[in-house]
Amino acid sequence: MPKKVETIVLHDSSTPVIGDMEKGGNVVVTSLEYLLAQARANSLWPLTFGLACCAIEMMSTVASRFDLARFGSEAFRATPRQADVMIIAGRLSKKMAPVLRQIYDQMPEPKWVISMGACASSGGVYNNYAIVQGADQVVPVDVYVPGCPPSPDALIYGILKLQEKVKRHKATTFGELRLAEAFNPRGLEEVDV
Amino acid sequence: MGLNKEVIKPILAGFGITARRLKHKKVTVSYPEQLREQYPRTRWRHFLARYENGLEKCIGCSLCAGACPARCIYVEAAENTDEARFSPGERYATRYEINMIRCIFCGYCQEACPTGAIVLRKNFELADYKRESFVYTKEMLLEKYPGESDEPYVGRYQKKDKKEPAGSTKP
Ligand code: SF4
Ligand code: SF4
Ligand code: SF4
Repeated sequence: MPKKVETIVLHDSSTPVIGDMEKGGNVVVTSLEYLLAQARANSLWPLTFGLACCAIEMMSTVASRFDLARFGSEAFRATPRQADVMIIAGRLSKKMAPVLRQIYDQMPEPKWVISMGACASSGGVYNNYAIVQGADQVVPVDVYVPGCPPSPDALIYGILKLQEKVKRHKATTFGELRLAEAFNPRGLEEVDV
Repeated sequence: MGLNKEVIKPILAGFGITARRLKHKKVTVSYPEQLREQYPRTRWRHFLARYENGLEKCIGCSLCAGACPARCIYVEAAENTDEARFSPGERYATRYEINMIRCIFCGYCQEACPTGAIVLRKNFELADYKRESFVYTKEMLLEKYPGESDEPYVGRYQKKDKKEPAGSTKP
């Protein structure tokens, strides 16, 4: 008889969910999914998508003072095919919006989006004819980071929030709990699945 | 010539630079465990201040909303009465909302406020999952600031329980 375990939800945006299995699935497979989620969360490769001034802070997040490599996210990819998370850094003009959507569609599943800064998240001070009032009109956004620009530590906080989202999985067996502890040196957190 | 000059020497020179850099001071701030020192004029999350006797400083004059370049403050004012007194003046704000995701943290609202009611402090951990959760209501803004402005901000990951700030949503 298969043991009842919670499954992970990798994505709650409009794109199809890959790890969304029926409850009460195979223990081996769910453990594998769990491992995959941990691995994914600790190696989120961002896509280089700097659109405006926020990109400067995104660059300095990777530099030695804040060092995004501590979270496995130092590999900024210039091609959507090799990226997991798109950091929309800067104001999104209406001309750029179709390009953003195309690049998002080219990214392989599972994929996530961080909207960095006031402009990308809501238009910010640019409430005018040229700027999309929030990138979530074009792509599903997982984490919003407010600020103009968000300082590198604020962006890292956003990335940590995204990691929490990717890792959402309740460890149900003893082995899974030990694994979860091994992958989370900062301590485990109770999550609602 | 040859091998020695073109291969071994440059490699040794390169490792020499690495060895010299090893002695330099480390610049990395390991952020979630420790916070860097914030500059004195750092501006992040807003707070609405109170007087010592508990009355709100805000008098609902909307000057902050007028000064805001992003138009992200909404104020609705009403008259104080002797039975229901919220602020020392004639009027108080019944509704006070800031759209944090549109705010650019310029601090003009703080400059414009005649009573020093709205202040920007150093809580920078504001990222969240849902767009709706960024409209900070008066109750959220009246929350007591953890530590005064000259004290360092204590981040979420320094706290023992790692509890999320009030108003944050689940993924
Ligand atoms: S939020 Fe501020 S820093 Fe970021 S792109 Fe907009 S104007 Fe530039
Ligand atoms: S800091 Fe600037 S943008 Fe933000 S609410 Fe105040 S005036 Fe508006
Ligand atoms: S915060 Fe200050 S400027 Fe804004 S409505 Fe209240 S008293 Fe007026």
